[in-house]
Amino acid sequence: MKFRKYLGLRLLTWALTIWIGVTFIFFIPRMFPSDPVENMIGQIQSRSGQMDPVQMETLRQSLRLQFGLEGSLLEQYATFLWRGLLHFDFGPSLMSYPTAAGEIISTYLPFTLSLSLTTTIIAWIVGNLIGLQAGFRKNKRSSKIMEGIAICIYPVPYFIIALLLQIIFAYLLGWFPLQSTINSLGGAGAFLSSLLKASILPAISLLLIGVGWWIISMKSLSGTTAEEDFVTFARYRGVPEPEIGKSYVFRNSILTQITALAMSLGGVFSGSIMTEIIFGYPGVGTLIQKAILQSDYNMILGCITISIVAISTATLIVDLIYPFIDPRIRYS
Amino acid sequence: MKKFWRNANSRLKVGMIMTFIFFFIGFVIYYIPHINPFTYNTYPEKLLPNSQHWLGTTSMGQDIMWLLIESIHNSLLIGLIVATIGTVVGVFVGLLAGFSGGAVDRVLTIVTDTFVVIPSLPILILMTSLMKGSSTVVLMALVLAMFAWAWPSRQIRSMALTMKERDFIHTAWFSGEGTVQVVVTEILPYALTWSLSNFMNATLSAIASESSLAVLGLSPANLISLGNMIQWARERNAIFAGQWFWIGSPIIATVLLFIGLFLLITGYNDYLSMKRGK
Repeated sequence: MKFRKYLGLRLLTWALTIWIGVTFIFFIPRMFPSDPVENMIGQIQSRSGQMDPVQMETLRQSLRLQFGLEGSLLEQYATFLWRGLLHFDFGPSLMSYPTAAGEIISTYLPFTLSLSLTTTIIAWIVGNLIGLQAGFRKNKRSSKIMEGIAICIYPVPYFIIALLLQIIFAYLLGWFPLQSTINSLGGAGAFLSSLLKASILPAISLLLIGVGWWIISMKSLSGTTAEEDFVTFARYRGVPEPEIGKSYVFRNSILTQITALAMSLGGVFSGSIMTEIIFGYPGVGTLIQKAILQSDYNMILGCITISIVAISTATLIVDLIYPFIDPRIRYS
Repeated sequence: MKKFWRNANSRLKVGMIMTFIFFFIGFVIYYIPHINPFTYNTYPEKLLPNSQHWLGTTSMGQDIMWLLIESIHNSLLIGLIVATIGTVVGVFVGLLAGFSGGAVDRVLTIVTDTFVVIPSLPILILMTSLMKGSSTVVLMALVLAMFAWAWPSRQIRSMALTMKERDFIHTAWFSGEGTVQVVVTEILPYALTWSLSNFMNATLSAIASESSLAVLGLSPANLISLGNMIQWARERNAIFAGQWFWIGSPIIATVLLFIGLFLLITGYNDYLSMKRGK
């Protein structure tokens, strides 16, 4: 019964987050004076010289239809929710007209997902294991050194870590290319090796910050858990030290860390956008940057809608794993 | 003050010293009369550090040290404006939700929770890319503040829920104090010590968001901030030209500022929990 209530509440927050986010990004551009259709007609005109007024009017009509700018604001909103949210159809991309923006995003999205998912999971596991050791054995020298390193890395913004790695390993040492290029023509082997080479530096910079954060938070969590009465009691009962670490301290602190993981996903996504841009890694971040440079609003809107849906869904999934680990929610 | 310093842990001390240095640079040294560092060709180009230009000059003949001082000033200013708005709104919404209860609480909590998990950077990118060219420092701060209130509000609400049942609040109620008076005289002082760490956190994340947007070319073009300074140096290929003081000084300043603020926040939280007797 308790689980069903938890599930219902979680699904409600999930739907609300997406709805509020998407409503935001629908109404914000409409509060600004710039009109994407007029922008585009301006671009076409500057490319092809003068145009026949009748022809221009039909072009304007068809563009308005394609961009979903027909009808009242409420109708536009309904079409946007229907087409954008349920079918991921954001109309044509401006920078590579007439290819659909959704189609281009779907070729970039897997790169971002694979990079940020693998680094998030690895960082969470590694950081929590180190943090547990550091918190459980608080007074060891190695614990203090680990925490010191983490404190110097975690607070720094993602793009600065990325920039520093780029300067050191790509520019000064020359171990990696300055901008990642993915070889998609030369067969699977060439593709994989170029993907790996392009991913190493972005992955390291995401890992450094991620691991840093999980060490810091897990250390303080397990440090306080290790001082709780039930741990002292277990010690008096003669439970072996590794067993205390595993079943008493770890199991209790990891619950908080699962919720924390769900809360951190938005930040991780922002970080991977910035990291991609610094390294030119072919993901959604780089796509957003290109779209900004060329004022491609359909593309920006599409990327942002998809990222809101993706992050909210990932957060939902992590939160739904929680009851399977915390028995207090499963049985009441 | 002396007693505070004796009780403070080492993180808090180091954080306070580092942050103080940055505030000193940004709000005291900044007011020493100087030539507008943004103007091109004020000095010879690409000078190495010397007695007149302690950090050298850029490819556009700007003095790097004054550029850095001005960008520290502006970045801190944006951070403080955003954090002030975020904290004030957050405390207000949190107290309102916590003390009114019922339907008001439920609606406010859902909205707050949504703003906590909503990915802010994509929405910030959308808004600033629409304002491209026309945005100003104040507008930038307002946009960033939209995402700064949710976390403090959530914390203050849960604090308010526990406060409601405390004895001294009951005493105040029964002695006939009105809601407003209870909130202002009894609860606000409590909420403020809590809010201080949220405030510093908001400052830190506002500066981080601004500099991330700057790297995307979305921060106001005439704003000398740490992020913009890094972005300008990247655009003019300072890395390839080996102008390490130009690209390096804002990077190092940002790293030190963030570590200092982070030490201050965690040190202050430890100090508070120690004072509460844990």
